[in-house]
Amino acid sequence: MLYHLGRYILLMRLSFKKPEKFSVYWAEVMREMVSIGIGSLGIVAIISLFIGAVATIQTAFQLVVDYIPKSVVGTITRDSTILEFSPTITSLVLAGRVGSSIASQIGTMRVTEQIDALEIMGVNAPGFLISPKIIAGITMIPLLVIISISLGLFGGYIACAASKEVAVAEYIQGLTGGFKPIILQVSMVKALFFGYIITSICAYQGFYTSGGALEVGQSATRGVVFSCIMILFADLVISRIML
Amino acid sequence: MIETINICKNFGDNVVLKDINVQLKAGRNNLIIGSSGSGKTTLLKCIVGLHKPTSGEVLYDGQNFTKMHFVERVPIRKQIGMLFQSSALFDSMSVQDNIMFPLNLFTDMSKAEKIDRANFCLERVNLAGKNKLFPAELSGGMKKRVGIARAISMQPKYLFVDEPNSGLDPKTSILIDELIAEITVDFQTTTVVVTHDMNSVMGIGDHIIFLNDGQNWWEGTNKEIAHTDNAELNAFVFASKFMRAAKEKL
Repeated sequence: MLYHLGRYILLMRLSFKKPEKFSVYWAEVMREMVSIGIGSLGIVAIISLFIGAVATIQTAFQLVVDYIPKSVVGTITRDSTILEFSPTITSLVLAGRVGSSIASQIGTMRVTEQIDALEIMGVNAPGFLISPKIIAGITMIPLLVIISISLGLFGGYIACAASKEVAVAEYIQGLTGGFKPIILQVSMVKALFFGYIITSICAYQGFYTSGGALEVGQSATRGVVFSCIMILFADLVISRIML
Repeated sequence: MIETINICKNFGDNVVLKDINVQLKAGRNNLIIGSSGSGKTTLLKCIVGLHKPTSGEVLYDGQNFTKMHFVERVPIRKQIGMLFQSSALFDSMSVQDNIMFPLNLFTDMSKAEKIDRANFCLERVNLAGKNKLFPAELSGGMKKRVGIARAISMQPKYLFVDEPNSGLDPKTSILIDELIAEITVDFQTTTVVVTHDMNSVMGIGDHIIFLNDGQNWWEGTNKEIAHTDNAELNAFVFASKFMRAAKEKL
């Protein structure tokens, strides 16, 4: 455990050394942003719409007491979507989609000697391969979470309009009433940390792959599993500290 | 010139290299040969810095490469070209981008100059016009030649080649050997080839180092190898009936 932690820290230190040529690294960052951001938009949109809709229906189902106004459904959906569903569930899904891709890409480069080729040329391989992915992760995942929040709340709106359990006007009243900006700040902090966790842990797993195709697959699996565990752990810590 | 001084390399309790002392001179094809597991690739990786020797030193023109920090090694690394056994081309880049990759990172050449250089390197390996292909679209021999083109793109002073003939048919193997030999002469590179291909040994071996059990067992040229009385070397080189028959005719 300590061995891996030490090696992870050393790898991260190497990853953020001064680039050989800024323009080449910048192009890599842009490429990774497209891959992580645009590439994940579809899956994020789908899960967010459904989660928002389901959260609204289930909250409405549980609030059957007459003295609680129906607008509370909108408030609960809003707060739970912003605080938990969008950052955490989106990140868990992205750990599977983005994390496995990062670990298998870097792992394949390791077993096919492409990383050795970079090092022979004098390129700082961790810097060239890992830092653009981390930068893309910590910029694009918060943006994806913002989109996820918007679509989640829209999913709740559609659920209200379709089911008539809660009037649309009451849902919107709940969404807009009593908003505390801190929940959005917590959500963004979570997204930032989750972006770092997914990209750095999966890159670490890929970078130290040895063997062949089987080991690349194992590295990708380990990367996703450790990322998910660390996301949930960070979720708890951030919530405890900020709320 | 590259010089190794008392290079030893252990992996745990497994001693792979024992006190290797060799001098690899410029303008010559220095071949490291030996049976599987004799330590050829490990020696090559120690020389280029992919493995850290357990003890001993590697000198590049008198500069102690082993003791250098990563950043200090960069000027020497820029003078190194290497062809890997698997070619190690970047899968996501076209042939042209693979060749231009070191130029993009380490030179201030304009895009047109870099494309000219890539075209020159591709012509040099007889692959003119293949710029836009991707590694997945190339045959094994073509990948090796693109690997050589990438290795020479920075006009290296030192060229390292790991098993250039593995997985290739005899005709393509000879083409690759001839290409390496021509580049060595044209660019006056210090070329180090790890191989166990006897055609390469007899064809381009200006300086042959035979490793046996992790030790430098024999050194000489391809002309001397046919007449040596070294038992282990003879057992390795003349293992096949064809080679034994060829030796009897010499």
